[in-house]
Amino acid sequence: MYRYDRYDQELVDQRVAQFRDQTQRFLAGELPDEEFRALRLRNGLYIQRFAPMLRISIPYGLLSAKQLRMLAHIARTYDKDYGHFTTRQNIQFNWPQLERVPDILADLASVEMHAIQTSGNCIRNITADHLAGVARDELIDPRPYCEITRQWATFHPEFNWLPRKFKIAFSSSTTDRAATRVHDIGVHIVRNADGELGYSIYVGGGLGRMPMIGHRIREFLPEADLLSYLEAVLRVYNRLGRRDNIHRARIKVLVKEQTPARFAQLVEAEWAQLDHAAFRLTADDLARMRAHFTEHPYEPSAAADVSFDRAVANDSAFASFVKRNVREHRAAGYKVVFVSLKPQGVAPGDMTSAQMDLVADLAERYSFGEVRATHDQNLVLADVRQQDVHAVWEALRGAGLATPNIGLLTDMICCPGLDFCSLANAGSIGVAADINDLFDSLDHLHDIGEIKLKMSGCMNGCGHHTVGHIGILGVDKKGEEWYQVTLGGSAEDDASLGDRTGPSFSREEIAGAVRSIVDVYLEQRRDEEETFLQCYRRVGMAPFKERLYAEETA
Amino acid sequence: MGALIRNGRIDDDDVVLLGDDDTLPVSGRAVVTLARWLAERETLSALAPKVGILLPNTADLAESWPAIADRDLLCLSFPAFGDGRAYSQARLLRERYGFAGEIRATGAAVVVDQAAELLRCGFDAFSLRDDQKAEAFIERLAAAGTRRWYQRPAQVRPVFEERRGA
Ligand code: SF4
Repeated sequence: MYRYDRYDQELVDQRVAQFRDQTQRFLAGELPDEEFRALRLRNGLYIQRFAPMLRISIPYGLLSAKQLRMLAHIARTYDKDYGHFTTRQNIQFNWPQLERVPDILADLASVEMHAIQTSGNCIRNITADHLAGVARDELIDPRPYCEITRQWATFHPEFNWLPRKFKIAFSSSTTDRAATRVHDIGVHIVRNADGELGYSIYVGGGLGRMPMIGHRIREFLPEADLLSYLEAVLRVYNRLGRRDNIHRARIKVLVKEQTPARFAQLVEAEWAQLDHAAFRLTADDLARMRAHFTEHPYEPSAAADVSFDRAVANDSAFASFVKRNVREHRAAGYKVVFVSLKPQGVAPGDMTSAQMDLVADLAERYSFGEVRATHDQNLVLADVRQQDVHAVWEALRGAGLATPNIGLLTDMICCPGLDFCSLANAGSIGVAADINDLFDSLDHLHDIGEIKLKMSGCMNGCGHHTVGHIGILGVDKKGEEWYQVTLGGSAEDDASLGDRTGPSFSREEIAGAVRSIVDVYLEQRRDEEETFLQCYRRVGMAPFKERLYAEETA
Repeated sequence: MGALIRNGRIDDDDVVLLGDDDTLPVSGRAVVTLARWLAERETLSALAPKVGILLPNTADLAESWPAIADRDLLCLSFPAFGDGRAYSQARLLRERYGFAGEIRATGAAVVVDQAAELLRCGFDAFSLRDDQKAEAFIERLAAAGTRRWYQRPAQVRPVFEERRGA
């Protein structure tokens, strides 16, 4: 993984000192509230409903064991002993004290971590496929490009005060696991007809209110020209993006108002005038960065293992874990193991310090000392020898981290909602628990198969509800919590936005509504192979609507 | 009004900023809005010292540049702390149009915490916001100018180039 050199370390250390100074000036009354707000946001610090919330950057989701242990230390020392993994491959702490945040940042800097640009109207954490480097359907490892982009975006003097936040995601595989089409910029790494590497650039996707799927504004950009092109997009946005209305300030609104074709022209015109040579990535730049992400030294002998298959055959609990939480690896004899952060009765994505320490130990022992955070708020041990999977499973199970539900209904994405967020209209964690209770039989869940349920506490859509196969959105109706439901969204290659079922459901009704939806699917599907999403796309909204609202009036 | 920082120190502010209906001053250096400049260019270009121009941060330089290219003072504005449009304008003036005169930062973002970003984007004069300490700002400017950043624009060779040399 990427290791800091002295330049990286210096920049992060200086930032800690700068924020310490800003915090002191604020506490001394020398820095106006509004201004400290903007400055602390660029260091990941929000003031939430009850307490500050600190969001820490995990670039493209990749963590070392040492870094994960530091997160455990922070949870123990400065928080209530747990952290919350987000849908942006970051982690949030919900209870730090403002005065101590500079100390937390200093602790992070000691393990090459930071909270820079994790909030505020600037370029945020660069995200990527959580299976980067091990996925079989990958063209090339996207992480070197992510790191190049991360560095370009960090403390960029021109783009730190954009109209609104700005998110960039990379994908280089046939299945888009990074939801690139719902990002401000989605970069697909591709080869052109001549076999040259480069990028297709998508702009203007986004969730939140006015969800939109991104438009491709450039089919092929040569590999060396990534940064000049990004610079051109950002400059057009910084100059022309709306600042009169916070709800219309994302780049997607600009792209829509201009039309994608005209927006593409603006970018191309800006790009044509940039000094390309000054931005061009040299073969050495790329090679140097790739050297940080070389393949692990996989042991060829791992493929000879027979114990894994035997364990699957003999132990049905292990077999169901393998079926749901283990994926194929590129290297023979290795597996990708998902750590479920969605056990029953816990807010999705939450993890205690003891659990973090345990996963860090497992990573060190079994997975080259690395852990990944996923967009679905789980963790991944990406390089486990298959003969070790059983031992990893037992350790995870002992810590409540082996719920075999990856990709199933209860592997839902859920924003922190009412419980922490000052913007929430409705609680999402409680509803998640209700749904969990209703579907508590895992056998039943396996029968239902892949369903992505995503839930947000308000229109901001941090839970990505609009691209959930089933989406749930908290709305406020005269001070009461209600829930709007959408069906048929997807964040993958076939990206689409969900359709609303109709009127919203009350807190009492919502879990039952989800069950009705699942029932209709089970009745309607052609066979077990047809997933919820395929089925919905085939039969449409009518049967679901009928069931949902018939029950209400009955 | 806050201090004027120029050439890394507190400097006399020699400029009178005129509203669109204000009469021209008898002595000193006037700055007028872009709108007034465009309307009264003939009269105003006769004045010495040269009249400076206050550009709104919405001005499209591709359009405005020919009309302001012969000026030696351009003031850019930050109407709100978080409104970053003038950073782009400053860079365009320096890097695309080769403007070599004074680019002065005015408004709500001309504060200690923004010194580095302003300097890097090409501002070389700063009308500090009222509540700002000039010494602290000068210190920040000096530090920012010697620091190694990841990317251009910067005063010192950026990190990515430095690594190439390594
Ligand atoms: S979706 Fe709304 S309630 Fe949930 S975390 Fe985001 S802003 Fe808060």
